[in-house]
Amino acid sequence: MLTLSAHLNTYLIIGALLFGFGVFGLVHRPSLIGMLISVELVLSGASVNFMAFNHFLAPDPTVGQIFTLFIMGIAAAEAAIALSIVIAVYRNYQSIDADDLTDLKG
Amino acid sequence: MSPSLFSPEGLAGAIFLVLIGTTFIGALIATLSQRLIRSVIGLAVCFLGVAGIYYFLNSPFVALMELLIYVGAVCITIAFAIMLSDPEDTKVSRKYKSISVWVAAPLGLLIAFALGRTALQGHWLAPAEKINAGSINDLGMSLLNQYSMVFELISVVLLVAIIGSLALARVGRRKQ
Repeated sequence: MLTLSAHLNTYLIIGALLFGFGVFGLVHRPSLIGMLISVELVLSGASVNFMAFNHFLAPDPTVGQIFTLFIMGIAAAEAAIALSIVIAVYRNYQSIDADDLTDLKG
Repeated sequence: MSPSLFSPEGLAGAIFLVLIGTTFIGALIATLSQRLIRSVIGLAVCFLGVAGIYYFLNSPFVALMELLIYVGAVCITIAFAIMLSDPEDTKVSRKYKSISVWVAAPLGLLIAFALGRTALQGHWLAPAEKINAGSINDLGMSLLNQYSMVFELISVVLLVAIIGSLALARVGRRKQ
Protein backbone atom coordinates (compact mmCIF):
# COMPACT_ATOMS: atom_id res chain seq x y z
CA MET A 1 0.00 0.00 0.00
CA LEU A 2 2.82 2.41 0.82
CA THR A 3 4.71 1.73 -2.44
CA LEU A 4 1.85 2.84 -4.68
CA SER A 5 3.73 5.89 -5.93
CA ALA A 6 6.28 3.74 -7.77
CA HIS A 7 3.79 2.11 -10.14
CA LEU A 8 2.55 3.46 -13.45
CA ASN A 9 -0.89 1.89 -13.01
CA THR A 10 -1.66 3.98 -9.91
CA TYR A 11 -1.35 7.20 -11.89
CA LEU A 12 -3.32 5.83 -14.84
CA ILE A 13 -6.19 4.88 -12.52
CA ILE A 14 -6.08 8.35 -10.90
CA GLY A 15 -6.26 9.95 -14.35
CA ALA A 16 -9.15 7.70 -15.43
CA LEU A 17 -11.10 8.47 -12.24
CA LEU A 18 -10.58 12.23 -12.61
CA PHE A 19 -11.81 11.98 -16.21
CA GLY A 20 -14.86 10.02 -15.01
CA PHE A 21 -15.60 12.64 -12.33
CA GLY A 22 -15.38 15.32 -15.01
CA VAL A 23 -17.82 13.56 -17.35
CA PHE A 24 -20.16 12.92 -14.42
CA GLY A 25 -20.18 16.61 -13.48
CA LEU A 26 -20.56 17.67 -17.11
CA VAL A 27 -23.83 15.72 -17.39
CA HIS A 28 -25.06 16.34 -13.85
CA ARG A 29 -24.42 20.08 -13.46
CA PRO A 30 -27.24 22.38 -14.60
CA SER A 31 -25.27 25.64 -14.80
CA LEU A 32 -22.68 26.72 -17.33
CA ILE A 33 -20.04 27.50 -14.69
CA GLY A 34 -20.52 24.07 -13.12
CA MET A 35 -19.94 22.51 -16.52
CA LEU A 36 -16.78 24.59 -16.95
CA ILE A 37 -15.49 23.31 -13.59
CA SER A 38 -16.09 19.73 -14.78
CA VAL A 39 -14.20 20.41 -18.00
CA GLU A 40 -11.23 21.50 -15.90
CA LEU A 41 -11.40 18.12 -14.12
CA VAL A 42 -11.37 16.29 -17.47
CA LEU A 43 -8.32 18.30 -18.58
CA SER A 44 -6.46 17.55 -15.37
CA GLY A 45 -7.20 13.84 -15.76
CA ALA A 46 -5.57 13.97 -19.20
CA SER A 47 -2.60 15.89 -17.77
CA VAL A 48 -2.04 13.29 -15.04
CA ASN A 49 -1.92 10.59 -17.73
CA PHE A 50 0.61 12.56 -19.77
CA MET A 51 2.82 13.14 -16.73
CA ALA A 52 2.67 9.46 -15.73
CA PHE A 53 3.68 8.20 -19.17
CA ASN A 54 6.34 10.90 -19.28
CA HIS A 55 7.91 9.80 -16.00
CA PHE A 56 7.79 6.04 -16.56
CA LEU A 57 7.95 5.42 -20.31
CA ALA A 58 9.24 8.38 -22.31
CA PRO A 59 12.87 8.31 -23.45
CA ASP A 60 12.92 12.12 -23.27
CA PRO A 61 11.28 13.06 -19.94
CA THR A 62 10.75 16.70 -20.88
CA VAL A 63 8.13 16.02 -23.58
CA GLY A 64 5.26 15.19 -21.25
CA GLN A 65 6.07 18.06 -18.91
CA ILE A 66 6.04 20.53 -21.80
CA PHE A 67 2.79 19.07 -23.12
CA THR A 68 1.24 19.45 -19.66
CA LEU A 69 2.41 23.07 -19.52
CA PHE A 70 0.73 23.70 -22.88
CA ILE A 71 -2.46 22.01 -21.66
CA MET A 72 -2.41 24.44 -18.72
CA GLY A 73 -2.00 27.40 -21.08
CA ILE A 74 -4.86 26.25 -23.30
CA ALA A 75 -7.01 25.60 -20.22
CA ALA A 76 -6.39 29.13 -18.95
CA ALA A 77 -7.33 30.60 -22.33
CA GLU A 78 -10.42 28.38 -22.46
CA ALA A 79 -11.50 29.44 -18.96
CA ALA A 80 -11.11 33.14 -19.83
CA ILE A 81 -13.18 32.83 -23.02
CA ALA A 82 -15.83 30.60 -21.41
CA LEU A 83 -16.27 32.92 -18.44
CA SER A 84 -16.67 35.99 -20.61
CA ILE A 85 -19.28 34.10 -22.67
CA VAL A 86 -21.02 33.20 -19.39
CA ILE A 87 -21.06 36.88 -18.36
CA ALA A 88 -22.47 37.88 -21.76
CA VAL A 89 -25.15 35.15 -21.53
CA TYR A 90 -26.04 36.30 -18.03
CA ARG A 91 -26.57 39.87 -19.27
CA ASN A 92 -29.03 38.66 -21.91
CA TYR A 93 -30.92 35.96 -20.04
CA GLN A 94 -30.44 36.84 -16.33
CA SER A 95 -29.55 33.18 -15.83
CA ILE A 96 -26.63 30.82 -16.41
CA ASP A 97 -28.62 27.59 -16.42
CA ALA A 98 -28.20 25.59 -19.59
CA ASP A 99 -31.92 24.73 -19.40
CA ASP A 100 -32.95 28.38 -19.74
CA LEU A 101 -31.15 29.15 -22.99
CA THR A 102 -34.03 28.14 -25.24
CA ASP A 103 -34.41 30.93 -27.79
CA LEU A 104 -34.13 28.53 -30.73
CA LYS A 105 -36.77 26.16 -29.35
CA GLY A 106 -39.82 26.13 -31.65
CA MET B 1 7.78 -6.14 1.20
CA SER B 2 6.10 -3.02 2.43
CA PRO B 3 8.36 -0.44 4.10
CA SER B 4 7.69 0.58 7.68
CA LEU B 5 5.54 3.66 8.11
CA PHE B 6 8.33 5.50 9.90
CA SER B 7 11.03 4.96 7.30
CA PRO B 8 11.45 7.76 4.72
CA GLU B 9 9.94 5.62 1.95
CA GLY B 10 6.98 4.69 4.13
CA LEU B 11 6.37 8.30 5.06
CA ALA B 12 6.51 9.32 1.38
CA GLY B 13 4.00 6.56 0.58
CA ALA B 14 1.67 7.81 3.31
CA ILE B 15 1.91 11.36 1.97
CA PHE B 16 1.10 10.02 -1.49
CA LEU B 17 -2.04 8.32 -0.14
CA VAL B 18 -3.07 11.59 1.52
CA LEU B 19 -2.58 13.39 -1.81
CA ILE B 20 -4.75 10.86 -3.66
CA GLY B 21 -7.42 11.33 -0.98
CA THR B 22 -7.19 15.12 -1.32
CA THR B 23 -7.60 14.87 -5.09
CA PHE B 24 -10.69 12.70 -4.97
CA ILE B 25 -12.36 14.52 -2.07
CA GLY B 26 -11.81 17.76 -4.00
CA ALA B 27 -13.27 16.25 -7.16
CA LEU B 28 -16.30 14.98 -5.19
CA ILE B 29 -16.94 18.43 -3.70
CA ALA B 30 -16.45 20.04 -7.13
CA THR B 31 -19.04 17.85 -8.82
CA LEU B 32 -21.61 17.22 -6.08
CA SER B 33 -21.97 20.35 -3.93
CA GLN B 34 -25.12 22.41 -4.33
CA ARG B 35 -23.54 25.84 -4.33
CA LEU B 36 -21.16 26.81 -7.10
CA ILE B 37 -18.76 28.71 -4.84
CA ARG B 38 -18.19 25.52 -2.81
CA SER B 39 -17.53 23.58 -5.93
CA VAL B 40 -14.82 26.10 -6.92
CA ILE B 41 -13.20 25.49 -3.53
CA GLY B 42 -13.44 21.76 -4.22
CA LEU B 43 -11.74 22.32 -7.56
CA ALA B 44 -8.89 24.19 -5.84
CA VAL B 45 -8.48 21.35 -3.30
CA CYS B 46 -8.45 18.81 -6.14
CA PHE B 47 -5.75 20.73 -7.99
CA LEU B 48 -3.71 20.93 -4.79
CA GLY B 49 -3.71 17.12 -4.72
CA VAL B 50 -2.87 16.90 -8.43
CA ALA B 51 0.08 19.25 -7.89
CA GLY B 52 1.38 16.92 -5.18
CA ILE B 53 1.01 13.96 -7.54
CA TYR B 54 3.10 15.85 -10.13
CA TYR B 55 5.74 16.34 -7.46
CA PHE B 56 5.85 12.59 -6.94
CA LEU B 57 6.32 12.21 -10.71
CA ASN B 58 9.67 14.00 -10.42
CA SER B 59 8.53 17.31 -11.95
CA PRO B 60 8.49 20.05 -9.29
CA PHE B 61 8.30 22.80 -11.94
CA VAL B 62 5.02 21.51 -13.36
CA ALA B 63 3.68 21.08 -9.82
CA LEU B 64 4.48 24.72 -9.08
CA MET B 65 2.87 25.83 -12.35
CA GLU B 66 -0.22 23.79 -11.46
CA LEU B 67 -0.49 25.69 -8.19
CA LEU B 68 0.15 29.07 -9.85
CA ILE B 69 -2.10 28.70 -12.89
CA TYR B 70 -4.95 26.48 -11.70
CA VAL B 71 -5.29 27.24 -7.99
CA GLY B 72 -4.07 30.80 -8.30
CA ALA B 73 -5.56 32.00 -11.58
CA VAL B 74 -8.30 29.75 -12.98
CA CYS B 75 -10.12 29.14 -9.67
CA ILE B 76 -10.00 32.84 -8.75
CA THR B 77 -11.33 33.79 -12.20
CA ILE B 78 -14.20 31.32 -11.85
CA ALA B 79 -14.96 32.74 -8.39
CA PHE B 80 -15.10 36.23 -9.91
CA ALA B 81 -17.48 35.04 -12.63
CA ILE B 82 -19.74 33.43 -10.01
CA MET B 83 -19.86 36.69 -8.07
CA LEU B 84 -20.60 38.67 -11.24
CA SER B 85 -23.40 36.42 -12.45
CA ASP B 86 -25.13 35.49 -9.18
CA PRO B 87 -26.30 32.00 -10.19
CA GLU B 88 -29.41 30.63 -8.53
CA ASP B 89 -28.06 27.16 -8.16
CA THR B 90 -30.40 26.34 -5.29
CA LYS B 91 -33.48 26.78 -7.47
CA VAL B 92 -35.86 23.91 -6.81
CA SER B 93 -37.99 24.12 -9.93
CA ARG B 94 -35.58 22.13 -12.05
CA LYS B 95 -37.25 19.42 -14.06
CA TYR B 96 -34.50 16.91 -14.57
CA LYS B 97 -32.53 17.44 -11.39
CA SER B 98 -33.63 14.25 -9.65
CA ILE B 99 -32.87 11.94 -12.53
CA SER B 100 -29.71 13.63 -13.79
CA VAL B 101 -27.60 11.92 -11.11
CA TRP B 102 -28.88 8.53 -12.21
CA VAL B 103 -27.94 9.27 -15.80
CA ALA B 104 -24.63 10.94 -15.05
CA ALA B 105 -23.20 8.56 -12.44
CA PRO B 106 -23.32 5.38 -14.59
CA LEU B 107 -21.91 7.34 -17.52
CA GLY B 108 -18.95 8.65 -15.52
CA LEU B 109 -18.35 5.24 -13.93
CA LEU B 110 -18.51 3.53 -17.32
CA ILE B 111 -15.96 5.89 -18.86
CA ALA B 112 -13.62 5.67 -15.85
CA PHE B 113 -13.92 1.87 -15.87
CA ALA B 114 -13.23 1.63 -19.59
CA LEU B 115 -10.22 3.94 -19.37
CA GLY B 116 -8.83 2.15 -16.31
CA ARG B 117 -9.31 -1.27 -17.89
CA THR B 118 -7.57 -0.18 -21.07
CA ALA B 119 -4.71 1.27 -19.03
CA LEU B 120 -4.27 -1.89 -16.95
CA GLN B 121 -4.39 -4.23 -19.94
CA GLY B 122 -1.73 -2.40 -21.94
CA HIS B 123 1.80 -3.77 -22.10
CA TRP B 124 3.82 -0.65 -21.49
CA LEU B 125 7.50 -0.98 -22.28
CA ALA B 126 10.02 1.09 -20.37
CA PRO B 127 12.60 2.81 -22.58
CA ALA B 128 16.10 1.38 -22.84
CA GLU B 129 17.69 4.64 -21.75
CA LYS B 130 16.61 8.18 -21.01
CA ILE B 131 18.37 10.91 -22.93
CA ASN B 132 18.11 13.45 -20.10
CA ALA B 133 16.94 13.69 -16.49
CA GLY B 134 13.87 15.82 -17.08
CA SER B 135 15.11 18.52 -14.72
CA ILE B 136 14.22 22.21 -14.94
CA ASN B 137 17.40 22.85 -16.93
CA ASP B 138 16.48 20.22 -19.53
CA LEU B 139 12.94 21.57 -19.61
CA GLY B 140 14.14 25.10 -20.37
CA MET B 141 16.58 23.84 -23.01
CA SER B 142 14.00 21.89 -24.95
CA LEU B 143 11.37 24.63 -24.50
CA LEU B 144 13.66 27.15 -26.16
CA ASN B 145 15.20 24.85 -28.80
CA GLN B 146 12.92 22.05 -29.89
CA TYR B 147 9.57 23.55 -28.92
CA SER B 148 10.23 27.27 -29.40
CA MET B 149 7.66 27.54 -32.22
CA VAL B 150 4.91 26.03 -30.05
CA PHE B 151 6.00 28.30 -27.21
CA GLU B 152 5.50 31.37 -29.41
CA LEU B 153 2.20 30.05 -30.77
CA ILE B 154 0.75 29.55 -27.32
CA SER B 155 1.60 33.12 -26.37
CA VAL B 156 -0.31 34.28 -29.48
CA VAL B 157 -3.23 32.04 -28.44
CA LEU B 158 -3.24 33.57 -24.95
CA LEU B 159 -3.12 37.11 -26.37
CA VAL B 160 -6.03 36.39 -28.71
CA ALA B 161 -7.97 34.80 -25.84
CA ILE B 162 -7.47 37.86 -23.63
CA ILE B 163 -8.51 40.31 -26.37
CA GLY B 164 -11.44 38.09 -27.36
CA SER B 165 -12.75 37.76 -23.82
CA LEU B 166 -12.50 41.53 -23.31
CA ALA B 167 -14.44 42.12 -26.53
CA LEU B 168 -17.05 39.49 -25.60
CA ALA B 169 -17.60 40.82 -22.11
CA ARG B 170 -18.04 44.34 -23.50
CA VAL B 171 -20.99 43.41 -25.74
CA GLY B 172 -24.31 44.31 -24.17
CA ARG B 173 -22.83 46.62 -21.60
CA ARG B 174 -24.85 49.83 -21.41
CA LYS B 175 -23.11 53.11 -22.17
CA GLN B 176 -22.90 55.47 -19.25
